[in-house]
Amino acid sequence: MTFEQWLYTLPLRLRSRFRRKQVDQELKDELRDHLEQQIKENLATGMSPEDARYSALRALGGVMQIEQRCRDARGGSVIENLVQDLRYGLRQLWRSPGFSSLAILCLTLGIGANTAVLSWIEGILFRPYPAVAHQERLLALAGTARGETGAMGISWPDFLDLQRSCTLCDAFFVSKITSSTLNIGERAEKTTGSIVSANYFDAIGVHPVLGRGFEPGEDVGSDAHPVAVISYQLWRSRFKSDSQIVGKTQRLNNVPHTIIGVAPEGFYGTFVGWAMQFWVPASMEATFESGGYKLEDRGARWIEAYVRLKPGVTRAQAQEEISAIATRLENNYSATNRGRGLRLWRLWQTPFNTAGTLLPTLETMLAVGAFVLLIACANVGNLQLVRSFARRHEMTVRLAIGASRARLLKQLLTEGLILSTLGAAAGLLVAYWCRHALVLLLPARSGVAMYLPGEIDWRVMSLSAGICLIATLIVGLVPALQTRNLDLAGALKAESSGVVGARGTAWVRSGLVVFQVCLSFVLLVGAALLLQSLQKIRTTNPGFSTTNVVQTGVSLIPAGYDVPRAKTFQEELIARVRALPGVESAAFARVTPLGYGTYSSTPIAVDGYQPPLEEQPTVDYNQVSPDYFATLGIPLLSGREFTRADDENASLVAIVNQTMAARYWRDQDPIDRRLQVKGRWVRVIGVAADSKYESMRESPKPFLYVPLLQDFVIGPALNIRTTQPLQSISAALLREVHALDGNLALYETITFQEQVDRSTSPQLVAVTLVSILGGLTLLLAAIGLYGVMSYSVAQANRELGLRMALGAGAANLFRRVISRGLRLTAVGVLCGAIAGLALTRLLGTLLYNVSPNDPLAFASAVAVMTIASVAACLLPAWRATRTDPARVLRD
Amino acid sequence: MSKPSDLVQGTLDMLILKILALEPLNGWAVSQRLKQMSSDVLGVSDGSLYPALHKLEQRGWITAHWKLSENNRRSKFYSLTRLGRKQLEKEAADWNRLSAAISGIVKLKEA
Repeated sequence: MTFEQWLYTLPLRLRSRFRRKQVDQELKDELRDHLEQQIKENLATGMSPEDARYSALRALGGVMQIEQRCRDARGGSVIENLVQDLRYGLRQLWRSPGFSSLAILCLTLGIGANTAVLSWIEGILFRPYPAVAHQERLLALAGTARGETGAMGISWPDFLDLQRSCTLCDAFFVSKITSSTLNIGERAEKTTGSIVSANYFDAIGVHPVLGRGFEPGEDVGSDAHPVAVISYQLWRSRFKSDSQIVGKTQRLNNVPHTIIGVAPEGFYGTFVGWAMQFWVPASMEATFESGGYKLEDRGARWIEAYVRLKPGVTRAQAQEEISAIATRLENNYSATNRGRGLRLWRLWQTPFNTAGTLLPTLETMLAVGAFVLLIACANVGNLQLVRSFARRHEMTVRLAIGASRARLLKQLLTEGLILSTLGAAAGLLVAYWCRHALVLLLPARSGVAMYLPGEIDWRVMSLSAGICLIATLIVGLVPALQTRNLDLAGALKAESSGVVGARGTAWVRSGLVVFQVCLSFVLLVGAALLLQSLQKIRTTNPGFSTTNVVQTGVSLIPAGYDVPRAKTFQEELIARVRALPGVESAAFARVTPLGYGTYSSTPIAVDGYQPPLEEQPTVDYNQVSPDYFATLGIPLLSGREFTRADDENASLVAIVNQTMAARYWRDQDPIDRRLQVKGRWVRVIGVAADSKYESMRESPKPFLYVPLLQDFVIGPALNIRTTQPLQSISAALLREVHALDGNLALYETITFQEQVDRSTSPQLVAVTLVSILGGLTLLLAAIGLYGVMSYSVAQANRELGLRMALGAGAANLFRRVISRGLRLTAVGVLCGAIAGLALTRLLGTLLYNVSPNDPLAFASAVAVMTIASVAACLLPAWRATRTDPARVLRD
Repeated sequence: MSKPSDLVQGTLDMLILKILALEPLNGWAVSQRLKQMSSDVLGVSDGSLYPALHKLEQRGWITAHWKLSENNRRSKFYSLTRLGRKQLEKEAADWNRLSAAISGIVKLKEA
């Protein structure tokens, strides 16, 4: 439209918008003027006045239709129609508050569930570090070992070499989770922080709000730079927002650190799931990690790293370059790097934080969310159908007075848009409330601030808007189908026209219910399978006792214990613990099974075992004290336990597990055979049964135990077999510890059952979420079924009355209704079962020792569905029995 | 409701513009003029005329004023605007080109 045209038409548009009454009146006048002239003309040709009038009306056509077409022609503006439709739609919805609120509730559930899942995926998997610059180019970097599938750490020298030689990456930085005892005033508590490379804050583009980040060179040397950056939350809560904080000294693990900076608000570090409270440079590693100074040890693989690709570089290209560097390192340092590689992971697959553990759950939730949305839309569509039947008259009248079908369709879509927009708004609110809900599902751990936020950004918003549009289309078009076969004359004649349309509707509505039952059934099967998996996983024998054994520990490194002091302390403590009433045995171990600590691994060489070329056999091992196997209840299959005599002066010994014996000694008895551990020859003195080491889901793997006294660790975990309740044993323990040294803090004391439960929490999250949403869809499907059955009972009133009059008893009618409902359910269940057989395998790794086609899960889903259906049909069936034949037949 | 045929649908606008180019008229007069000029061949119903008039007004091609007609009735008179005149020239030129092309084809002698 040209400018001149605008000048002409703007006043017209404004007039038809704001002086609507006047414009309408003028239109009427104009048409009346036309009619009057036509009548005059007709009279002049000799018609009677009446004929003249009718003929004129006929010549012009329907006045109201013409008025509407003129309005369409001039109103023309899309916005005006939209405003009009919106106002009309709101009025319509306001007039049936029951329908509107139920529809909005359904859509809120459907859209809210999806938005919540999307926001979790955004906040946990795709954009986990909102404060970090260019996180879309960030990748996680972990080590690999030939013949192993899992991700390993990287050694510091390897990391430095990578940083130097890689050309396709902007930045390499280290962020290794660690923990520390933080003493401020009288209070001592455990906090979580990161050991980072000096370039950390520069690389991620996060600038401390107070002070500075680390400087180059601060990650060099052993304990050379005791400086720390603290988190904003820590600064606020523990240092009372002290503006003079920079330069002050804070003891971390009993080493005085100078606080050099405060991280900005909203920065939680780079570890999905946990909020970091402090950062220290890698040079302080020995203060926080067990195992001493490792920055110059190429064999010590302990760090977790990230890289940021240069713009335009793909992951594959970077991987190629990094693999080439790894091969070079392998050749140059074959003693430490044989069989070792490096691998880049997408952030959402990061193997060393919560992203990796939640990935399968969130993937499943995405599918589940889609199901909930479809079921909710089907429900609203169903409600719309009932309503559109009630609105037939309205629609017909609007058609009759000149509304075009397109206009009616627009009206229906506008109403759908209002519903789904309100649903989406409420859904966003739900997602906002639920953004921290995942944390609630994970077991609390002392000293750890869990942080799993949903992120509602423009990407999530636009996806939700897309979902909202889909819902609009479904919700708006279902009743529009209905207007297609409106018969003007018939509908205007009122009720009699209902029958045919009603039958068509009944078919569509039954179809929708079958669809709902089908989807809901699939979710029920999924929930049942996950529940079974959880049960299996929690009741799987971990190979050690979960009852009557507790674990805890004493933080000795933070208290400044050196090896001789720690040796004395640990001996005295274990003697005191054994003497406690109700304690059967007690033992130290560096790592507790299924705990957060990671095992050390060692290359091994076995007498008489020739490894395949290019492969360096490596096993994880644990340093344990005498009585360890008795305390944990791990059976010894042959040989003996470690004793006090297996100390630093005795010959080196080891105990292997069953799988290791089978693999390296080919089922011959390994007792008294030799193997090389960390370059030293040791003698096998026992074979222990297999047990779970890192995860309940792992399959048996080779494992090695060495005596604590021959490979000493300061402050190992303490395991106690006791019949005492947890509280009393931990109180007694604290007394004993304080009797030895009043300054020491005791770790959290938990049972091994708790340990198992914590390690299986991702399964719990999956079960909880799928069950909640499965329950919701069951409810929605039941409501849908209830609606259809009530409606069909109301429709079949006459038939029911007739049957009654002909002698059918109440019980008979009751059965008829229920069995009709169950027939619908049966069709739905059948479809659901077929879909389920194909879909449940997508649960993949979330299932544990349960077949995706487990008959028990399917059977229980059938049972639950049947019960829900019967419940949904009860009220309509009861109403059917109350049919009064006399009244029905009279009407 | 009778609708103009497709041909008329496309040319109705042009016809109205042409009629109004001669003199300002009210709706009734336009309809009479249409019937006379096209010798009733086009069969434009009055029902289609008014929406078309309103559409043209909305586009700024014609403008409307309430005036007293010769027999002293208040009546809505439409007249062509400067934009409308340009539009008419353009449509007339298009029409001439099209009809010349079509009649050329129609007049082809069969071999």
